[in-house]
Order: sequence, then structure tokens, then C-alpha cells
Amino acid sequence: MKARVHIMLKTGVLDPQGEAVRHALGSLGFDGVNSVRQGKVIELDLADGTSEATINDMCERLLANTVIESYRVEIL
Amino acid sequence: MHAAVVVFPGSNCDRDLAVALRAAGARVSMVWHKDTALPKGVDLVAVPGGFSFGDYLRCGAIAANSPISQTVKAHAERGGYVLGICNGFQILTETRVLPGTLLRNAGLKYICRPVPLTVTTADSPFTCRYEAGQTITVPIAHHDGNYHADAETLKALTDQDRIAFRYVNNPNGSADDIAAILSENRRVLGMMPHPERMAEPAHGGTDGAPMFAGLVDQLANA
Repeated sequence: MKARVHIMLKTGVLDPQGEAVRHALGSLGFDGVNSVRQGKVIELDLADGTSEATINDMCERLLANTVIESYRVEIL
Repeated sequence: MHAAVVVFPGSNCDRDLAVALRAAGARVSMVWHKDTALPKGVDLVAVPGGFSFGDYLRCGAIAANSPISQTVKAHAERGGYVLGICNGFQILTETRVLPGTLLRNAGLKYICRPVPLTVTTADSPFTCRYEAGQTITVPIAHHDGNYHADAETLKALTDQDRIAFRYVNNPNGSADDIAAILSENRRVLGMMPHPERMAEPAHGGTDGAPMFAGLVDQLANA
């Protein structure tokens, strides 16, 4: 089975990289980009039957830093 | 005073830190990240700067899950002394020995230069040889040194006098100009600047040396 983990900075945590991307889009002439937030996608190839609780545990203990990041698990 | 310097793959300030500690009179053991125990009688664990595990995933995240890191955490929880510098500070936040985290510098650039710091408190074994309010110059060398914590944590750090050093001219966007913080029991210090790189005259200054002298002095009598 496969799972995809989406990791984003929590609301309220400044994202200087997203902000730099927003500036770059503006300088390419793309108007109206109000905000850019940059995150991470991690794809996991797992033994069949791995529970969502186990994947959440992976996120809590390593994949995300829950001080600043939130995560969402998608089972594929 | 017996200090253990932890070495991870990608640590690059481990030997500088050992030299600075020895120059101050400490006995120093190097400890490999796969070790699970500290040498007997270790007073201080020093987690050095560098790029442990290539900064993969997040700075310090992989190192925080090395076998030695649980031992370092247990040492801190027992009331042991721990000093984390630069990547060492990042590792201590990833293991949750210290609160908050270090984000990418606000200006997105890697910064490597000496910066002035204000000594915010002299009430710790790390800062006892300085005077509160004193300005010292110590180099920084980091890409992810932008200290971040929630408002409640920042308030606690201020109220409990746990901010050890502040940047005079905030170079990286750190909340409250924070360059270094102490644990609640004041026995763990995490800092982004490198005192071990300003510890003898050949470095261009010795403003970092009092930290090591103070530690050796206080911990010898502990």
C-alpha cells in the first residue's frame, strides 16, 4: 500500500520561502498572487495493512515538527 | 569537569568545541552518535554545530532520533548539564529538550559573520562569567537560525529569565531577537552563535571563552 503525507507550516508561522516565491511570481508578471505557502509531500511505500494510526505516529515522531507544522495523511 | 562532545555524521564543530573545553580545563570525551551510553561521570554533554545527516528532512530531525539523543535527553531530564550550539541547538529543539524551533533565516540567506550579542542573564553556569547587559561579539554561521515559538512559550522564556543572549541587530528574524535560551532548570543552553569560534586570540577575539571557563568552574564544584 502507499500513503502520501502532506506537511504544511501552521497558520501564523511565517514562511519566508513562500514569500520569496510570491515575489518571484510577481516579477514574472503574474498579478494577484496574494500569498504562497510552501510545504512538503512525502510518499511512503508501506507493508499492506499498515494502520493510519501507525502513519500518524510516524508523522508525530519524525516526518513533521508539530511545533510549526501540520500534516495530513492520504492513503492511496 | 568531564565533558562529552557528541559526534554525528556531518558534525563539523565537534573538534573546535573539544579544543575550547580543554583549553578551559575540562576533560573531554568524544561520543559517537550510535553509542547509547555516556562515559561514566560526565558532567556536561556538548552537542556541536554542523550539518548532521545533511540537514535532511529538517535540521536536526534525523540526529534527534539517533541512539545517543535519547541518552542526552535522559541526562537533561536527570538534571544533567547540556550545551547545544548551532546544529546542536536545532537537535535539542527537535528532541524537545528545549522549546520552540529554528526556522529558515527570514532573509533566506546563509549568514556567516561575527555578530554582537547582549548578555541577557548572567544567572546560569553558561553565562556566570559575563555581566547582564554586557555586549559580546561571537560569530554565527547558519541558514536556519530564525528562532520561533508560540506566544505563551516566549512569555515564559522572558518571565523566567531564560533568554541567555539576544542579537543586538537581529540577523535572521528570530522572535524577540533570541540568540540563546535556557531550560527551566537553567542547566541546558541552546544557542545559534559559536562561542567555540571566539575562544582564543588567534580567532580574532576571546568573547566566547568565559562560557567555557564558567562551566568548568561551576561544574567542578557541583
